[in-house]
Amino acid sequence: MIPTQTVTFPTFSRLLHWLMAAMILAMLLIGIGMVASVSKRYAVLVAIHRPLGIAILVLVVIRFLNRLFDPPPALPAAMPPVMRWAATASHVLLYALMFIMPLVGWGMLSAARYPIVLWGSWELPPLLPHDLALYAWLRPLHTDLAYLLFATFLVHLGAALFHGLIRRDGVLASMASWRRAPRTAITRSTGA
Amino acid sequence: MPPLSTAGILIRLGTIGAVLLCPLVLFAYVAGWFSPGRMTQSAMVSRFEEVNGNHPGFRLNHAKGICVTGSFESTGQAIPLSKAVVFQAGRVPVIGRISLAGGMPFQADQAATVRSMALRLVPAGGEEWRTATVNIPVFVVNSARGFYEQTLAAAVDPATGKPDPDTMNAFLAKHPETVKAMAIIKKSPPSSGFADSTYYGLDAFRFVNAAGVSVPVRWSLVPLQPVSANPVHASTDDQNYLFDALIGQIKAHPLQWRLMITIGTASDPTNDATLPWPDDRRQIDAGTVTFDHVSSEATGRCTDVNYDPLVLPSGIEPSDDPLLSARSAVYARSFTLRAGEHAEKPPGPLTAEDVGATSK
Repeated sequence: MIPTQTVTFPTFSRLLHWLMAAMILAMLLIGIGMVASVSKRYAVLVAIHRPLGIAILVLVVIRFLNRLFDPPPALPAAMPPVMRWAATASHVLLYALMFIMPLVGWGMLSAARYPIVLWGSWELPPLLPHDLALYAWLRPLHTDLAYLLFATFLVHLGAALFHGLIRRDGVLASMASWRRAPRTAITRSTGA
Repeated sequence: MPPLSTAGILIRLGTIGAVLLCPLVLFAYVAGWFSPGRMTQSAMVSRFEEVNGNHPGFRLNHAKGICVTGSFESTGQAIPLSKAVVFQAGRVPVIGRISLAGGMPFQADQAATVRSMALRLVPAGGEEWRTATVNIPVFVVNSARGFYEQTLAAAVDPATGKPDPDTMNAFLAKHPETVKAMAIIKKSPPSSGFADSTYYGLDAFRFVNAAGVSVPVRWSLVPLQPVSANPVHASTDDQNYLFDALIGQIKAHPLQWRLMITIGTASDPTNDATLPWPDDRRQIDAGTVTFDHVSSEATGRCTDVNYDPLVLPSGIEPSDDPLLSARSAVYARSFTLRAGEHAEKPPGPLTAEDVGATSK
């Protein structure tokens, strides 16, 4: 049965999701643009990249805690096990990357002994010792993980649209719906 | 909901594909995949390697150098202009690097080669300042592309020992700013060595004071050592005669430079490092840099430092000079490359033993 009543994510969860979606997509584009530019754009992009990355780190911690206290709706019962597994795995990967990417960035700048300026005289302390070998390991890792994050984002977007357009099982609407979260209406025809 | 027809499914799958293509195309566009002519860090690196060859572990430019350490003692005179911590009265440790321009780490010292002094001023509470300066009063190009083309035009032809005149003339015809800059540079011939050179920051920056007032500035490092036009010793059999002289001098007594800040007016160009400012611009003495210790790149503390001109404390801001961003971007790539080549870096032209053995 296709549900007619969709259970949506809590409002705060949706707010965090869409805010971070915009930030992460911007971050990926800023990152790739930065390393392919020597124009004035470079300095501007670097100056945005650092504080935006740290903001993502802060937000992903808030988001993780929020998820623990206010869990997302269950996936439709009709979803095949392999899709379920893929959904869980891709979400674990997304959370892991959102958390690890800023830390690798912070760590690599520390190992290179760049000051980690967020804004004006507001700097973060180094996370790691000044060590070129460590930097040489972390810097390419930051790029590789960025490509992995971009790929995971595309899979996530593709899967969301697949749910919305092909399966039409309410999964896309649970995050993309503009409706207020029906906090009390937890009845769903296919819900667990 | 009625089930979808096969055509309906295909149309919807196509829609999903089209939506996914958007971020992919955007990503590729930003990455420069559709603009092969764009000046990028990779293009600049390739140009350096084309001209200088590949020298794993060394800097792409200013490859031959040594580390010096000491301090900066502020006079406090820059405080009304800049709120930067380094200008507060007191002493700040400095990790410096003195080098020759060019991407060949084993080049022989020559009087005419551009000399440089890079500083990393590290106040205890953070807000460090890095700046790299050279012994020419203006730069030879005013854009990243200009530098890219100039690097090739100035490449030494191994057959003649000089740049190819046709290539150089073609470059100069396209870059009148370089012709003018070279005429200015010619008027201040190099001094005898590193110790008595004046080093110029070239690019304009902006000082911002505690009240938020911003002024355009340039800076230079003026030696306190007496200046001599005669080479220290023009020995042709010592490939490192400029560095050896410097090492001997620092071991004999500390070397000092005065950090002079030139304050520009609203009409002075800040976006073109080839253009000098008028001579009558106000200058202040911000403090004195003292170097009392010298070490080789193998053991020194400057080796693992990227002297990125955009590592600035609050109170010093970049100007609209396009070279600042270009330098920052290319230095970062060079730094990453040599970090990755750390293990394969051969001993440099000036080893720890060389520095240790150089007598007073």
